[in-house]
Parts: sequence; C-alpha cells; structure tokens
Amino acid sequence: MNATQRRRLLLNRLILILSTAAAVIGLAFLFWILTTLLIKGIDSIHWRIFTHDLVEKGLRNLIVGQMVLAGVASLIGVPLGLLAGIYLREYGVNSAFARFIRNLSDVMMSAPSIVIGVFIYGILVAPVGGFNGWAGSVALAIMMIPIVVSTTDSMLSLVPQELREAGIALGASKAQVILSIVLKAAKIGLVTGILLAFARVVGETAPLLFTSANNDYFTLNMDQQFPSLTVSIYQLATFPDKPSQNLAWAGSVILTALVLLINLTTRYIFRKRKIK
Amino acid sequence: MNLAMDTKEFYFTYAGAEAPTLKGIDMPIYANKVTALIGPSGCGKSTLLRSWNRIHDVYPGNKYEGEILLYHENGNEENILDYSKEDELIRLRQRVGMIFQKPTPFPMSIYDNIAYGLRLAGIKNRSELDGRVEQALKGSAIWNEVKDRLKQSAMGLSGGQQQRLCIARAVALKPQVLLFDEPTSALDPISTGAIEELVTELKEEVTVAIVTHNMQQASRVSDYTAFMYLGDLIEFDKTEKIFVNPKEKLTEEYITGRFG
Repeated sequence: MNATQRRRLLLNRLILILSTAAAVIGLAFLFWILTTLLIKGIDSIHWRIFTHDLVEKGLRNLIVGQMVLAGVASLIGVPLGLLAGIYLREYGVNSAFARFIRNLSDVMMSAPSIVIGVFIYGILVAPVGGFNGWAGSVALAIMMIPIVVSTTDSMLSLVPQELREAGIALGASKAQVILSIVLKAAKIGLVTGILLAFARVVGETAPLLFTSANNDYFTLNMDQQFPSLTVSIYQLATFPDKPSQNLAWAGSVILTALVLLINLTTRYIFRKRKIK
Repeated sequence: MNLAMDTKEFYFTYAGAEAPTLKGIDMPIYANKVTALIGPSGCGKSTLLRSWNRIHDVYPGNKYEGEILLYHENGNEENILDYSKEDELIRLRQRVGMIFQKPTPFPMSIYDNIAYGLRLAGIKNRSELDGRVEQALKGSAIWNEVKDRLKQSAMGLSGGQQQRLCIARAVALKPQVLLFDEPTSALDPISTGAIEELVTELKEEVTVAIVTHNMQQASRVSDYTAFMYLGDLIEFDKTEKIFVNPKEKLTEEYITGRFG
C-alpha cells in the first residue's frame, strides 16, 4: 500500500467516524427529550386530566381548544394553499408572476412565527379590542398556507404531463382535467402535505400568545379568548408550584404524542402508495 | 379515394423558437386507411401528428400557419387552424382522438376510464354508457381480459393492457381519426403485436395516423407512409412504394438503415 492509498483510507475512516458521531449526537438529543418527557410526564397523566378543564387542574379544554384552533386554521389555510398551488403548477407554471409567488411563499415559510403573531395582533386583536380564537386560527392558517402551497406545487409537478394531454385529447377542458384527473392522481401526496402542515401548526405557541391567548374554561366560542394547550404549557411551566409544573409535563407528553401520531400516519399513507 | 384530412403549406413554430420546426408540409390522410409517419428523431413527425388535434394548444405560444382541413362525413371541410374557442377545440378532439407513447390510464376504475370521455360528451344514461363501454372494450380486443373487473383500478393492468384500454377510451367516442404517437415503443413484443393487429382492424371504422420509429411496424400496419427529415416531408406514397421503390435517395438511405 502506498502513501496515497493510506491517506485515502485514513480520510475515509475519519469522515465515517465524524458523520456517525454527528448522527448519534443528533439522535441522542431526540431520545433525551422523549425520555425526559416520558419520565417527568407519565406520572402526571391520569384519566382525570382528560375529563377536567384547566380551572380544575385538567387539560380537557386545552386539548379540544388546540385541535379547534388548528382545525379552523386548516379550514382557512388548506383551500387557499391548494388553490394557490394549483394556480402555480397548472396555470402560472414558469411565468414571472408564478415565480414571484413561489419565492414569496418560500420566504413566508421561514417567517418567524412570533412576527406572524404580532401582525395578527395588529389587524385582528387590537382593532376588535381583545384576544379571540379567530385571530389565533388565522395566525396558524398563515403559517400553513406556504407549506400547503409548496407541497401542492411539487406533488402536482409529479403528475406526468401525458396524463393532462390524454384528458385534453378526450375532449376535456383544462379545468375538468385538473379536477377529475390531476388532483386524483396527486391525491395521496396532497393529503400528506395537508397532514404535515397540520402537524406543523398544531404545536405552535408563539402565534397564539397574543392572538387567542388562553382560557381556563371550556369554550367553543371563538369570539372569546380561546383555550390552548401550548400556551398553557408555557404558562404552567413558569408557575412555582409542583402540581402546575407536572400538568405542564403531562401536556407536553400529550402534545408530542399527538404530533408524532400525525407524522407516523403520514409516513404510513405515503409508504402504502409506494408499495402499490 | 376519400380524404379524411388534408394538410396544406403547413408551418409550425414552437413557442420561443426562431425557426419553424415544420416547413411547408403538404400531405393528405386518406379515409379508412392507416398512414405512417417515419423519419429520424427530431424530424418533426410527432410535431405534425400533434398538430392534427391541436394538442400543442395545451402549451401557450406555439404558432400554426397554413391549412389543416378536416373533412366531415358529408364531404364538407373545415380548417382546424381556424378554431379558437375552447368548445371548438373540444369538438375537434372528440373527432380526432390520440394515443400516447406511454400508456396513460387515469387513476380510476377501468369502467370510468372508458366512460370519462363519454360523460364529457354528454352521455349520462346508465344503460347507454354500459353499452358504449362494452362495445369500446370489445372493439379494442380487451373485453375478455377485463369484463370481470370493470370496477377495479386501471392502474393494476399490465402495460399492454393499459395501452389497449387507452385505445378503447379513444374509440368509445367514435372519432373519425385516431392519432397514434409511437404507441408501442414502451411495450414488449407480444403487446406490440396485439396493438398492431388492433390498428389494422380499427381502420374499418376510423382513419389512423401513426408515428413510429420501427420501420417494420410501418410496413406491417400502414397503407401510406410519409418520410420526414428535418421538418420537411421528403416523400409520401403508398407504403409498398416507399419501402420497395422510393423516389428519393434520402428515403432509400433511411429505409435501408444507412442513416437515422
């Protein structure tokens, strides 16, 4: 073996060790977070926290509230994101306007969530005179839109062009081709994108802090301050008493489990399609 | 002999291109005959085929010049390049169908694949739909293979079956002309044989134009052959004539495999 070969082997081993170490460190933190959460939170999870509201040291209103906030956000954000994505891929394609919108959407995706919260505070909280559920949902919807736009755009780009031409060649209009063929062909990818966007916003705190704020009581009235699990975790964790802190741990475990479940479902759906 | 279509002094320029891809094409398509388009890659044969049902219009900015006449059963003709409204183009595509290189089944059931175009054409009556679907599948020699699984997804069919399904889908609309764009280049030899046989049978009902890279295929299935080179139509004649005794030297060189 000459010097060059030895140096190559050495370099190869060095890179292998470094990248393995990096992977191990990254995963270690993930497991550390999960085990800490489980150890600290599992004792505090009783059935009663699912049946009582925050005012009685339970989490029921918070879990429901968080899902409602994210659900209403999806009702606003998903149609807008889908339509914008369809416009970009099916109508705009590579026009200057479409490229501009695509870049703007990418920039929006990395907009700091607290800035979105402040913006919504300015237009939907301050003018109406108080925190309200709608403001929280709109803030989350703004976070969802760029995610849905970008997954829609890329999933539609995977639909073969021949399929569109085949539809046109059978006497379909462009709108009919999009609605009855293209969307159907991209269905699983689109659902995946929507679920990922939902999972992304359901665990957000910053956009809710001064939009929907929080509520100790059960409510479905979005004109009021609205109960939120994430905001509650933030508040409970800063309380000095042990029971409040334990409740924050329990809330964290439930939130993590929820997000994990959505992500796993998404992976499952996506993999099933690949096998088929 | 009756004309199905007639192309006159036809120029086609792709969006953004400086020079036309097709440079003054003149050629007839005879009714109830199979016309093959052959030539080396980039000669414009697919571009010409795709002009005949204006599928190029899916993409903006392409330019057509000249005339492409489509004849009605009663002998009247229309220049399809005059069409500008979407419903005129839709009617054109119902009369001039197209089969693509790769099979393009829609992500729906076998039945719905065939019924798709029929429903668009306004046929809603269930029993009429059933009848037309069955007739189309029988006419495309695939009925026996799929009659027990009409409700299953078309994506589960083999490549050759998918291609025959696509032919059935186009045949269901009872078009006057069917355009085939290299319909067998993605298929195995047995499926290719089935498609070729089908093409020959189809000409009882429709006029066929087929682009192919396979010269044996052109000689097997077609009655007329057009040889194209660099955007020009070099020679158009009876297939037998083109393959046995071509007028042009270029045609002869291509046929005998000296270039291409």
